[in-house]
Amino acid sequence: MSLLELDGVRVRYGARAALDGVRLSVAEGEVVCVLGPSGSGKSTLLRAVAGLTPVDEGAVRLAGRDQRGVPAHRRGLGLMFQDHQLFPQRDVAGNIAFGLRMRRRSREEAAGRVAELLDLVGLPGAGRRAVASLSGGEQQRVALARALAPDPRLLMLDEPLGQLDRDLRERLVVELRQLFARLGSTVLAVTHDQGEAFALADRVVVMRDGRVVQVGAPVEVWRRPADAFVARFLGFRNVTPAHVDAEGARTPWGALPVPAGTAPGARTVLVRPSGVRLTPPEGAPLTGEVTARTFRGDHVLLLLEPGGGAPPLEASCPLRAAPEVGERVGVRFDPEEIVALPDQLP
Amino acid sequence: MQRSSIQRATAALLVLGLGALTACGSDGGGDEGGGSGGDEVVLVTHESFLVSDAVLEEFTEETGYRVKLLRAGDAGVVVNQAVLSAGNPQGDVLFGVDNTLLSRALDAGIFTPHEAAGLEHVPDELRLDDEEHRVTPVDTGDICVNYDRAWFDERDLAPPRTLQDLADPAYADLLVVQNAATSSPGLGFLLATVAAFGEDGWGEYWESLRENGVEVVEGWEQAYNERFSGAGQGGDRPLVVSYASSPPAGVVYGGDERPERAPTGVAAETCFRQVEFAGLLDGAANEEGGRALLDFLLGLPFQEDMPLSMFVLPAREDAALPEEFARYVEPVDEVHEVAPEDIAAHRDEWIDEWTDLVVR
Amino acid sequence: MTRSALVRGALLVAPLLFFVVFFGYPVTAIVGRGLREDGVWRFGRLTEVLGDPGTLRVLWFTCWQAAASTALTLALALPGAYVFARLRFPGRRVLHAAVTVPFVLPTVVTGAAFLALVGRGGVLDDAFGVRLDDGVWAILLAHVFFNYAVVVRTVGGLWAQLDPRQEEAARVLGAGRLAAWRRVTLPALTPSVAAAALMVFLFTFTSFGVIQILGSPGRATLEVEIYRQTAQLLRLDTAAVLTLVQLAAVVALLVTHRLVTRRRVGALRLVDPAGTARPPRGWVQWTALGGVLATVALLLALPLGVLVERSLAGPDGYGLHHYRALAHADGTFLVAPAEAVGNSLRFAAAATAIALLVGGCAAVALTRRAGRLTRGFDALLMLPLGTSAVTVGFGFLIALDEPPLDLRSSWVLVPLAQALVGVPFVVRVLVPVLGAVDERLREAAAVLGASPWRAWRAVDLPLVWRSALVAAGFAFAVSLGEFGATVFLARPDEPTLPVAVARLLGRAGAENYGQAMALSVVLMLVCAVTLLSLERLAPSRSAGTF
Repeated sequence: MSLLELDGVRVRYGARAALDGVRLSVAEGEVVCVLGPSGSGKSTLLRAVAGLTPVDEGAVRLAGRDQRGVPAHRRGLGLMFQDHQLFPQRDVAGNIAFGLRMRRRSREEAAGRVAELLDLVGLPGAGRRAVASLSGGEQQRVALARALAPDPRLLMLDEPLGQLDRDLRERLVVELRQLFARLGSTVLAVTHDQGEAFALADRVVVMRDGRVVQVGAPVEVWRRPADAFVARFLGFRNVTPAHVDAEGARTPWGALPVPAGTAPGARTVLVRPSGVRLTPPEGAPLTGEVTARTFRGDHVLLLLEPGGGAPPLEASCPLRAAPEVGERVGVRFDPEEIVALPDQLP
Repeated sequence: MQRSSIQRATAALLVLGLGALTACGSDGGGDEGGGSGGDEVVLVTHESFLVSDAVLEEFTEETGYRVKLLRAGDAGVVVNQAVLSAGNPQGDVLFGVDNTLLSRALDAGIFTPHEAAGLEHVPDELRLDDEEHRVTPVDTGDICVNYDRAWFDERDLAPPRTLQDLADPAYADLLVVQNAATSSPGLGFLLATVAAFGEDGWGEYWESLRENGVEVVEGWEQAYNERFSGAGQGGDRPLVVSYASSPPAGVVYGGDERPERAPTGVAAETCFRQVEFAGLLDGAANEEGGRALLDFLLGLPFQEDMPLSMFVLPAREDAALPEEFARYVEPVDEVHEVAPEDIAAHRDEWIDEWTDLVVR
Repeated sequence: MTRSALVRGALLVAPLLFFVVFFGYPVTAIVGRGLREDGVWRFGRLTEVLGDPGTLRVLWFTCWQAAASTALTLALALPGAYVFARLRFPGRRVLHAAVTVPFVLPTVVTGAAFLALVGRGGVLDDAFGVRLDDGVWAILLAHVFFNYAVVVRTVGGLWAQLDPRQEEAARVLGAGRLAAWRRVTLPALTPSVAAAALMVFLFTFTSFGVIQILGSPGRATLEVEIYRQTAQLLRLDTAAVLTLVQLAAVVALLVTHRLVTRRRVGALRLVDPAGTARPPRGWVQWTALGGVLATVALLLALPLGVLVERSLAGPDGYGLHHYRALAHADGTFLVAPAEAVGNSLRFAAAATAIALLVGGCAAVALTRRAGRLTRGFDALLMLPLGTSAVTVGFGFLIALDEPPLDLRSSWVLVPLAQALVGVPFVVRVLVPVLGAVDERLREAAAVLGASPWRAWRAVDLPLVWRSALVAAGFAFAVSLGEFGATVFLARPDEPTLPVAVARLLGRAGAENYGQAMALSVVLMLVCAVTLLSLERLAPSRSAGTF
């Protein structure tokens, strides 16, 4: 049975619907990440579940029980705010122990648990430190420890790593993943960063304008975005309208091969950068000029200008073989990396 | 948006600045110094001083001096400030020392003697410094119990006449008086009782007043405007300590109606006589002007202007009372008086005793 | 010495000079007159006066009524601070300005109005037979009436900037609404509550007008006793001792105030107050809103309403009779009302200009990190708020009596005395804003080639002009209503509105009374309009602090 279930949840701010009939479930022990651009209703979703924002229509159920009328402090959830919201008047231990004290645990018990959690988040002995003296990463750890301390049945994270620098973020994401696996926590996180979502989640929920547009395992969503919006939101640039027939998809870049079994008709086609293979320009069906190179660690992302009215193409290639800006290269498409999306590009 | 709000702010600041400049300009000709020379004579006085513009103009025409008024709070403040600045006065003439403050002013030696023209028309009992002429009596004002005529008519009850009446149970819970420690009519009324019952008897009298439900409030405004039913503001007490001139003032400033009798009356034997004096300040910058002003204060134009501007009685017997004032002012049969020396010597002690007796 | 140090020094010298010449020197002079005999200080008087049971009684009453008034003000005004900070409702801005009106109205006006509420025949009397005018309750309630805005502005100003999600974080962690408030919001507010409480305590500790009008004999504060000893009894030694006692108490309060407010800085992360208010929701919030509106209506609006009602009650029923009378002053009129309005505006404008100049210089100097000395100076500038007007008035008289500083008969005395009261407000408003200007912006301007003056104009001025205007408005409104100091100064005969009102109230006759009320309403409107326009301009972050 799913621990959390949202059934047609609608939340309105004035005339605008922040959540518009959201349906979603999170199973026990599952880590679900809600992914969407800002303003898509992600934070409202968490607030509605926490009981901080009243639900206008639909139901929020926790372990099968409708939460209508249950105040925030009786829902037994954990919520880590985007900017942590640590209590500045309390020290680190005071922050972590807050939820325990609210649940009337004894001081000794709370102290033991605080020490345990500080170890868990990698800040042993930091209990007496002032909140203001913590670095961003440390604050994030304390906020996590505070949310975890009362052992909530569902842990919710609002942009858990949003304010941290990239290096730290990538490290923490792994730590979090391991931690949740070890504790068996049920987690509902929201983020606008697809990398974070894919690294963290068992399942990803993509939202747009208060609606859920795609749900699935990270790989699944990555491989088959539900529509052009999701594809673009995931960072893909090579999205174009196309007409699919027996020979493939007709696009501004020419005819592209499509996976077998793609239904014919007007479609939107996505070409992943890795599906744009570089060849010598001689004899290639499509050529382009390299207009930009972005270094991405183990590979290089190139921007190609095909000319003749066709939109620019993004291609990734290994470091060693990367052409210089201004060079002309030929292009060949790999059908494995081409996806025909269900709808017409708007 | 941003720009226009900055413009608005600038405009506002400009207005403020201009206002300040106008403020400077308004008095640009005035000099800044203690006293004055030339054609200006400075009169230091209290908040209640009032005179018609026409009368002041008359003075200027006659003597060539312009009068500049300096005011500071009540009579006590004025006299005390004059005492503090003895020898280096703020102005030339001080008006507003009354008989309760007279000794302090004379002891401090703040006045230069001047025998004002017209003094012969002032009755002897007002001329309290007749040997030296350091101060000139200008007006008298009697502090008396006032009553609300309609209230007593309705109940067919005769209003009280004497201090003794006020302790009569027939007048229980009707009187409101002021704090003798902070209010000048309050002090005047206390002095009336001291004069009437003697140093040993007034305490007893006040005890009987207290038993009869006298109410003590801080100041005249509160007593008259808020508590006195005769003021027409919904007060609940028909007896109040005020001035003998309050009935005519109540009519003159009560609207356009001119009734047969004033709606308030005066209990004729409850009065303490307050005499106000003026004097030439020692060290005055314009001594000649000051002397002229003193003469003028005792001159008929000023004396006859006083009743309707300050609601006091002129010191000169030959000054004609304005018709409206004469019609509504009531004769005061007997005034209670205490010598200024006695007031100076015992005032504080009486006030302390009174406070212990009545307030606590 | 560098040039910037010179500039800083110069900025400090102007207000320091102002303070010394127009406050320190006169007050020392009058205290010296009382306590020095033949050039020898007689501090023995100190113990004599302090040992007197009468003095002790006054001290005791002063302290306990101030403590009780402060407690009552907090109890009634804290819900108001919450409602104005957190709830959005129609008319909020107007109401927010309206509650400030009593603070700047002269006590002669509001005292009379307040009596109409709690006094005999007043509204409470009619409705419930409750009369408070002869008890200490009237004093306490009047103090609430005057100081409500201090709490609403000081505490509410901060409350609006506290992140509501702090409370939400506590709620998700299992705290109920009340527990979340008590454990998260209250600790964050405590310093500002303490600061507001101290200000209210300061204002009520030095209460004069309220006690004069509503107090009964035997209930005297130190301030009233100083007035009595100085202005009526001329016992300058006793007055001097009492002045010193009051100054010591005020200094202690101000030092505490500084310690308390300093702790607040930095610890809290504040958000834009515009985003924290929400329409009321749920019975708790509706009850809070209803309760606060009822309190404001009963305690603040009603007395002011009575004022208006009385000004309209003419001999032939309601009408503009008294207002028309104001317009047609004849020769024997006490004060030509139009003239009083003009005088008031001119004096207030001059006082504002002085306060802005002095306070502005002080604020700039104070924010340029010039060390411990200037911080003490900040508290020093607050001293006039806690000093008896009579002391200052008499001090002016004996201190400023020699050329070139013989100002005793100059019109400038009045705005100077008013500016003394206005400067602390200007400094209060400007310092936080100036302090918030990022030094790096100035550095950026300097790097781009701007001289310090140009940099100030380009960086500071655009950021602070609103606050400067708010400060000016406050100084203006306070000067407009200021009555105490001006009445104790011997001054040329240019009566201001409060003085004119007092004169009218001081005479018998229904006409005088009605016109006093009408003139009070005019004064109230001028104050209200000033405050309302401030409310429009106010940078919401800074206007809240006193």
